[in-house]
Amino acid sequence: MTKDECKKVVLDIIADIAPDEDLTNVKSDVRLRDQLQLDSMDFLDIVMELRKRHSIEVPEADYIQLASLDSCAEYLTPKFNALSAKS
Amino acid sequence: MTSRSHYDVAIIGAGMSGLAAGIRLAHFGKRVCIFERHNTVGGLNSFYSIGGRKFDVGLHAMTNFVRPGVKGTPLTKLLRQLRITREEFALCEQKQTRIAFGPHGETSLRFTNDFAVLEGEVAEKFPAQIDGFRRLTAAVRAYDDVSLDAQPVSARTLVRQHITDPLLEHMLFCPLMYYGSSSEHDMEFGQFVIMFKALFLEGFARPFDGVRVILRVLLDKYRTAGGERRMKCGVKHIVARDGRAAALLLDNGDEITADHVISSIGAPETARLVQSGHRLQPAPVPGRLSFVETITILDRQPADLGWGSDTIVFFNDSAKFDYACPEAQVDPRSGVICIPNNFDYGPDQQLAEGIFRCTCLANYDRWAHLPEEIYRADKLRWYATLQKSAQRFLPKLPAPEALTRATVSTDMFTPRTITKFTGHLGGAIYGAAEKNRQGRTDLANLYLCGTDQGFLGIVGAMLSGISMANYHILAKA
Repeated sequence: MTKDECKKVVLDIIADIAPDEDLTNVKSDVRLRDQLQLDSMDFLDIVMELRKRHSIEVPEADYIQLASLDSCAEYLTPKFNALSAKS
Repeated sequence: MTSRSHYDVAIIGAGMSGLAAGIRLAHFGKRVCIFERHNTVGGLNSFYSIGGRKFDVGLHAMTNFVRPGVKGTPLTKLLRQLRITREEFALCEQKQTRIAFGPHGETSLRFTNDFAVLEGEVAEKFPAQIDGFRRLTAAVRAYDDVSLDAQPVSARTLVRQHITDPLLEHMLFCPLMYYGSSSEHDMEFGQFVIMFKALFLEGFARPFDGVRVILRVLLDKYRTAGGERRMKCGVKHIVARDGRAAALLLDNGDEITADHVISSIGAPETARLVQSGHRLQPAPVPGRLSFVETITILDRQPADLGWGSDTIVFFNDSAKFDYACPEAQVDPRSGVICIPNNFDYGPDQQLAEGIFRCTCLANYDRWAHLPEEIYRADKLRWYATLQKSAQRFLPKLPAPEALTRATVSTDMFTPRTITKFTGHLGGAIYGAAEKNRQGRTDLANLYLCGTDQGFLGIVGAMLSGISMANYHILAKA
């Protein structure tokens, strides 16, 4: 998986949990919280959808890694790749 | 249907909060079962049929309404968390609500889903108070009402720092108390804030078909997510062992186990289920506030009687509003009128029949143990009294007998009805005065959601289920 594909995965999840947000111009390097109305409940949902859909585990201490799309890609891409290498 | 004997989570009660908790948990792969003693879902917000007519109970209006695009409010959080679209609820907005005080409602404040209307009314009728009202509004907006560990403070004390005219104070408290306060005379400020936002800053709406629409959507989501439910199958006992809810004994004699148990039936009601010598501490005390409601079905639209503009009227026949359990069976001095026809359903649809509901404070003890014959006679007597009382605050009828002539069917529920169908002790719709924000009990895997956790109204009930499922179970997985 590339980092761009990873960003797409995260955006797809956000689109499902916050269908009332406009995601067309989300900037990769800006904190998601600063450009979208996402609260802690929504971030919990991102984490849980990652687990449900992709079997990716994000421990609570790493939630901060999900701050922006760039940091998501940085943090999650290796996890996705490790997972596909295993299967 | 196969019924297992062990679940990840067992939920007691299929009301709004239990269903919402169930949807969250099932969506994220938990094996969940909701146990409901009755044959319908909805709990305090449900419906029943008599003579082919469906009557809503509980729901006058869904509070917390905001228009599309307004974010970060309870309604939008709820829709997101349950993956419900606005179209599914198809909410129609209220026309207007009045708070009417004085023997014939001489002093009145109107509000709609546009807060500026209320602000304008306060400025016009209480010019000396408007600055204080704006300060109070700012304090409400700044308050963190979803905090799970806020300290209780008296709302009266805080409100009086801004509002010095007792009439305005009583007028503001009246709707907020009627739509959610479980404590007499005063509210905890956090609860006041929740209600102020829910009613004044946000607003009222209703699906065309009433509460059934909301319940149908919740049930669909729950079923699609894989949740199980067992109807007509209440929980008789919670078996406590080693500080945990070790098993649930069901009404039908079966025993099931679950890693987590969420009870939506109320704190004292839950405490009563706990067995094996264990008593939940601290022992919760049932609430004292209960209600009667009359429902009158009309053969025409209320607008034809001149009652076409008010969706809801909160009334009180003097300057001082007394929110307390009355000495008598009913306190007809104050109450809430709801005319469900007066939501804006658009130009092409209107409810088939006229509906006129009136709610007043009532004393559970004075209704609970009456012999059947006297109970029925008292209902009839109070029905007439309530109708008369409420009419003082509505536009004058075209003829004195117009309402009676238009009436095709009536019904009335009392505190006794509430306890019979919801299990709430003392007919206490809003539950115990003392709320338990964290929803913890002294059994490690038993949590509370719903009324006694302390988020109010229908939207609050659902958010309570969501929050407790998130906080105690999903966030810890």
